[in-house]
Amino acid sequence: MIAQKPALRLEGIVKTFPGVRALDGVSFEVMPGEVHALLGENGAGKSTLMKVLGGIYQPDDGTIFIDEAPVTMGSPLDAKAKGVVFIHQELSLADELSVAENIYLGELPTKSFGRVDWDSLHSNSAAILKRLNCKFTPQTIVGDLSIANKQMVEIARALTVDAKAVIFDEPTASLTDAEKVVLFDIISDLSRQGVGIVYISHRMDEIFTISTKISVLRDGEYRGSLATAETNEDEVTQLMIGRSLDLGQKVEHAQTGKVAIEVRNLSCGSLYHDVSFKVRSGEVVGFYGLVGAGRTEIAETLFGLRNPTDGTIHLDGEEVRIHSPVDAIRHGISLVPEDRKGQGLVLGMNCRDNMTLPQVADLTAGPFVSDGAEIAIFDQYRDKLAIKTPSWRQRVGNLSGGNQQKIVIGKWLSMAPKVLIVDEPTRGIDVGSKSEIHNLIRDLAKQGYAVIVISSEMPEVLRVSDRVVAMFHGEIIREFTSEEVTEDNLVQAISGIRSDKVA
Amino acid sequence: MHTERKNKLFKQSAIWGFIVIELVFFSIAGHFLSVSDKAFMDGANMLLLFKQSAPIGIIALGMTIVMINGNIDLSVGATYALCAIVMLDSMTWPIFAGLGDWVIPVAWLLALGTGMVLGLINGLIVWKTGVDAFIVTLGSMLGFRGLVFMYNGEQPTSHLNWTLVDIAEADLFGIETPTIVFVVFTILIWLLMSKTVHGRNAYAIGDNREAAVNAGIRVGPHMVWNFVLIGFLAALSAVVFYSASGSVNPNDGTLYELWVITAVVLGGTKLTGGSGSVISTFGGVIAIQLLRKGLGHIGADTAMVNLVIGLILIAVLFLDKQLNRKGREELKI
Repeated sequence: MIAQKPALRLEGIVKTFPGVRALDGVSFEVMPGEVHALLGENGAGKSTLMKVLGGIYQPDDGTIFIDEAPVTMGSPLDAKAKGVVFIHQELSLADELSVAENIYLGELPTKSFGRVDWDSLHSNSAAILKRLNCKFTPQTIVGDLSIANKQMVEIARALTVDAKAVIFDEPTASLTDAEKVVLFDIISDLSRQGVGIVYISHRMDEIFTISTKISVLRDGEYRGSLATAETNEDEVTQLMIGRSLDLGQKVEHAQTGKVAIEVRNLSCGSLYHDVSFKVRSGEVVGFYGLVGAGRTEIAETLFGLRNPTDGTIHLDGEEVRIHSPVDAIRHGISLVPEDRKGQGLVLGMNCRDNMTLPQVADLTAGPFVSDGAEIAIFDQYRDKLAIKTPSWRQRVGNLSGGNQQKIVIGKWLSMAPKVLIVDEPTRGIDVGSKSEIHNLIRDLAKQGYAVIVISSEMPEVLRVSDRVVAMFHGEIIREFTSEEVTEDNLVQAISGIRSDKVA
Repeated sequence: MHTERKNKLFKQSAIWGFIVIELVFFSIAGHFLSVSDKAFMDGANMLLLFKQSAPIGIIALGMTIVMINGNIDLSVGATYALCAIVMLDSMTWPIFAGLGDWVIPVAWLLALGTGMVLGLINGLIVWKTGVDAFIVTLGSMLGFRGLVFMYNGEQPTSHLNWTLVDIAEADLFGIETPTIVFVVFTILIWLLMSKTVHGRNAYAIGDNREAAVNAGIRVGPHMVWNFVLIGFLAALSAVVFYSASGSVNPNDGTLYELWVITAVVLGGTKLTGGSGSVISTFGGVIAIQLLRKGLGHIGADTAMVNLVIGLILIAVLFLDKQLNRKGREELKI
């Protein structure tokens, strides 16, 4: 067999920013047909590397080769023309336009006088969609598609050029498990067609499912490559964070107290129906299910963001009515929302102001907010949660994901809640901080909080929960104790298979 | 590490740097071009400048807080005119005939109250209907101006009360009433926005409304309060100006909303909400007035002044964008 040329090769890439050496001589190559996972903690240099590759930054040193020919990437458009295309985590589609128009956005085929050549636009688009096995037509309006299908359009867009390398940056963040399978099929199809794939993700399970090779970056340096078939999660993690980490290990479960929150026959239109459960203080209850199973909607109801259509909520045995977050907070219910940046934090504000946001009205001295009282609260929870920030004046937007999440958690702990609901506690958080957040959640339960954790990551649910509630299509299918639950029976439950039918 | 702080300070001082450049430029240019032989940075001239900036400036304070909160108010010019009419006309109402000069504070209160009610109307509509503040206040701008014309047709509304004029033109160590009101309210509003719960929450709502709701902040009442405040400040501006002039035309205050927004934006407050400062707005107001006076000083006419202000507004915001992008690694979109 003839030795293959790499589709894409980076050699000795150096990029420095004032005070930071973001990339320190990174070399990295992708063979045609290879699915190459790129791993690294936040700040390891992954995104800088991708920006260099995409022509957004120019490297200070080093060379990019495509089919072994040195190239310079002048701009994102230039990179695409040279066959390096990106599928970003955030979709950047025009919702009001058709699929075909989106695929060829910025490069619509034209006839004379700048008229759009609709015929070739639609036939070219149809060909690409066919290659991706998409069921919708080029004429469909993008706004009417599901998120997974929108992502297909994004991928289709990448295929308008003769792609040498396609870079997927956290592509599964907003996909359901079923949709992920489709995406993985497409990735394997592309690789079979000889395209080099770079796959960036925080999710180990995905990386081991899809990739053939794994490369790791740490502190802006290339730390080595491993063949996926010959390695395991521990080895990769160790390479990433420079120490070993026992992610799989189950934590010790605490003693539970009396029932802190009880939900009876709660329903909310078509979102979920007839949901009943109890959470005791000192207990972590994990809610597991597919996206759209109604878990987040239940959390939103408990926090007063949605009104239930039926059913009751009881706190410490007494029925309460919660019409707004103000009510929820007064009753001691807190929500760490799914979308940290969009729903949890005021990114332009500093760390301290974010942490004291819900209680600032109680921290006044005369007509003014008391600086001292606020700093005292911030200091207390910074120490307690080991939040790493140079000062309380730091803008929250500049912190890492893990520290941002701790600010949100600290915000609620400082309100002394009884019930803490954490929706997707580690979404977009790197592996090192992930276990820290998990330990923190266990710790909170030990201190007597009743904790509800909603997560789409099975290892996470299994690790932190005392009990697991499996949901499917707005219904609770089954409740497991931590002894009963296994990956298999949990997967069955969230696919809608009830325990009685299994037995 | 206080880079955040430095950054903020630098951003705020940008407008002051601009003012210094204006002063230097007009002093030097004035030396060669001025039609009069008086120096530009003459004390009396500077005091006059502050006094002249007061009407726009006082409204701009209100616009700053509404914009920080993530809204906008286009009805301020009409509110200003309507409150002026209420103040001047109410002094002639028969029911107040027995009050003598005590009619003055009554007229003031009526005018200020009118402003607050108009603001309350805007605020409640924005809160309860959820319609964008731009649209709501565009409507109320037309509506309030309609009320102005319904009052006296095309005729000016006049009432001259010499005691009122004396108060309006009184001075403390040479600083006249409008300047004092402008400075005092700048400080008061600064305290409100930077030191109180209301201010803190207003910033949070403007920056990320959803996160504010999730933190248990009642978004609606804060927005309404800010609209009431801008209504009050528009009325206050009318009170300060028309106490001295004694006559209001139904077209007075037209385009004020745009001058006010220009000053606020020049001061660095974002149209998208969540950031800004009344101190910088104060700078923005002074910068515009300085530009007008300065250009007048070197012999430019009004048309020229408007052209230059327009160009400078765009240039300053472009510069601001460039400076801010350098610090961060923003995408080139």
